[in-house]
Amino acid sequence: MLQEHARIVQFISMANEVTGRKKLQKMIYIAKKMNFPFVEKYELHMYGPYSEELTLRIEELREMGFLAEQCTDKGSYVQYSYQVTDAGAGFLEMADDAHAMLGTCIDSMNVKSSRFLELVSTLLYFDHLDKDEQIAKVLIVKNKLNFTAEEMTAAFDFISEVQTYAVQ
Amino acid sequence: MEYKDEKLVEEKVFKDPVHRYIHVRDKVIWDVIGTSEFQRLRRIKQLGTTYLVFHGAEHSRFHHSLGVYEIVRRIIDDGFSGRPEWNNEERLVTMCAALLHDLGHGPFSHAFEKVFDLDHEQFTQAILLGDTEVNAVLRRVAPDFPQKVADIIGKTYPDKLVVSLISSQIDADRMDYLQRDAYFTGVSYGHFDMERILRVMRPTEEQAVIKYSGMHAVEDYIMSRYQMYWQVYFHPVSRSAEVILTKILHRAKQLHASGYIFKQEPVHFHSFFDKTFVLEDYIALDENILMTYFQVWMKEEDAILSDLCYRFINRRLFQYAEFDPATEYRKIGELEQLFKEAGIDPAYYLVTDSSSDLPYDFYGPGEENERLPIYLQMKNGDLSELSRSSDVVDAISGKRRTDHKIYFPEDVLEAGKAKNPLYGRILHMLKG
Repeated sequence: MLQEHARIVQFISMANEVTGRKKLQKMIYIAKKMNFPFVEKYELHMYGPYSEELTLRIEELREMGFLAEQCTDKGSYVQYSYQVTDAGAGFLEMADDAHAMLGTCIDSMNVKSSRFLELVSTLLYFDHLDKDEQIAKVLIVKNKLNFTAEEMTAAFDFISEVQTYAVQ
Repeated sequence: MEYKDEKLVEEKVFKDPVHRYIHVRDKVIWDVIGTSEFQRLRRIKQLGTTYLVFHGAEHSRFHHSLGVYEIVRRIIDDGFSGRPEWNNEERLVTMCAALLHDLGHGPFSHAFEKVFDLDHEQFTQAILLGDTEVNAVLRRVAPDFPQKVADIIGKTYPDKLVVSLISSQIDADRMDYLQRDAYFTGVSYGHFDMERILRVMRPTEEQAVIKYSGMHAVEDYIMSRYQMYWQVYFHPVSRSAEVILTKILHRAKQLHASGYIFKQEPVHFHSFFDKTFVLEDYIALDENILMTYFQVWMKEEDAILSDLCYRFINRRLFQYAEFDPATEYRKIGELEQLFKEAGIDPAYYLVTDSSSDLPYDFYGPGEENERLPIYLQMKNGDLSELSRSSDVVDAISGKRRTDHKIYFPEDVLEAGKAKNPLYGRILHMLKG
C-alpha cells in the first residue's frame, strides 16, 4: 500500500532534484521501459509519452508535504523542480529497497536535457518497430522539433547505455 | 465504383438516446459495424462497475463508439467539408478511427489491465492490424488503410487536425461520453451545448479550434468534465466495487500460481495468468464471461475468492473511510498487523485507494507543452489559449483535487466485534 507513491519519492530522492515536469515524466518513463517497477500508465500525447497518473501522483505527494515544488517563470512557460522534503524522507520507509542499478540509471538521465529525454522516450515508445520506422514515427510526431541526425544517433547510443542498467 | 466510395442504397439509422439518430451511408462504416470485433463492444460496459451505484449505467462501448462516429461525421460533413483547411480525402479514415478508437477495451477495462499489466491501446492496434474481420474490411479500402486508422488512434498520423478530432482536450470522444454517461447515470451534470460547439468548431493545420463566440459553450463543456469526474467517475462506492473486482482477479491469479484446483477451471484466464495470451484469447473475453466466472466462483472452496465474488455479485461492497497519508501512513502498517492477528488477510481486505489510481484529464493549459490546449480563434484569426480569455476556465484549469480513501469489510468487523475484541479495535482505528 502506497508503494507506488513511495517509489516516486524514492526516485526523486535518488536524483536529489529533478528540474522540469516534462523531464520527470520522461525519466520515469525511461526507467519503466528499463523494467524498474513503476506502474504509472503512459500514453502518447502530442509531445511524447505522458502519464496523467504520474502527474496526479506528484500532485498528491506535493499536497502530502513529501515533495517540494519550486516554480520558475521562464517567460513563455513556468518550470517546476522537485525535491524530497524532510517529511518525504521519513515516508521513504514505506518504499522497498531500490534496485541496485536504479541510481546509476537516474544519474545518467538527470544530466541530460529535457529535449533529449523527450527524444529518447519517444523512440522507446516505438521500440517495437525497426530502427528506421522508429525514426520515421518520431519525425512525424515531433515534426516541429527538427531533431538532427546527430541527436538521433546520440539518443540511440543513450538507449544502449541505459539498457545495460535495465532490470533483467 | 471503388469500395471506399460505395454508399448504401438507403441510409441506415441507429436510434440513439443522446444524438437521436446515428446516420450511416458509407458501405465501409456499415461493414465495420458488422464485424465480430466491433459487435464484441456490446458486451463491454462503458463505465465498468459504475452500474452498482448509478443503476442506469449499463450502456456499452458499442453505444459510445457509434456516438463518437456520429459526432465526427457531423463535424466533417456539416462543419469542415468545403473549408480550405480540411482535406476531404481524410473523411473516411477519420470516421473509421472514430468508430474504432475503443476497439481494444477489455472487460472491466481498468481493473483487468491493472491486474494483468495490459494496455487496451495496444490491443486496439493489434486488432486493427491483425488477422481479424475488422482488418479484412479495412484492407478492402486499401492495403495501407488499416495502418492509417491505427496511426490516427495511436496519435502518430501526419495530419494532426485529424488526430485532434479523436484525441484532444475537446474531441468527439469526450463530447460523446460526457453526454452519454450523464444520460445513462441520470445525473444532471455532464450536459452542455454540443450543437453550439459543433457550429463554432473550425479546422486549422494543427487542430480543431473554437470560434471566440463559442467560448461560453466550451466553458460549459469544461465544467461538465469537472463535475462528472467527482460526481460519477470517482464516486467512492464505485471505487469500492472496483477494489473488490481487482482483488477477485488478483486472488484468482494467486490461486492459479499456487496450484489451487478450481472447481470450475478458469480456462479463459489461463493464458493471462501465465502471460502466454494471444490476440484471440483477448478478443474471446467479455464482461459476460467474467461475470459467469464470478457467479461460479462464489461456490469455490477458497474462502477469500468465494467471499469477494459474493460481495461483487450481490453488491456487498467494502465500507470506506477518509485517509490522510501525510499524517497516517504509519497507521497502515499497524492496521495490516491487526488484520493479520484478527485472521483477516489485509492483502484482500484492507485497501488504500488514491485519486491517482483512476486519473482523469482535467483541463490543463499546456504545462511545459505536455498537452495541447484548447484554442479560441479570435476575430483577427489569432489563436488564444482558452483559460486566457475565460475566467471560469482559468479558475479550474490545471487544478487537480486529490483524495485518498481506505476500504475495509465493515460488515465483518461489526458482526464479529463482540466475539473478537481485535475487530472492535480495528473499527475504532478506521472510523474513530
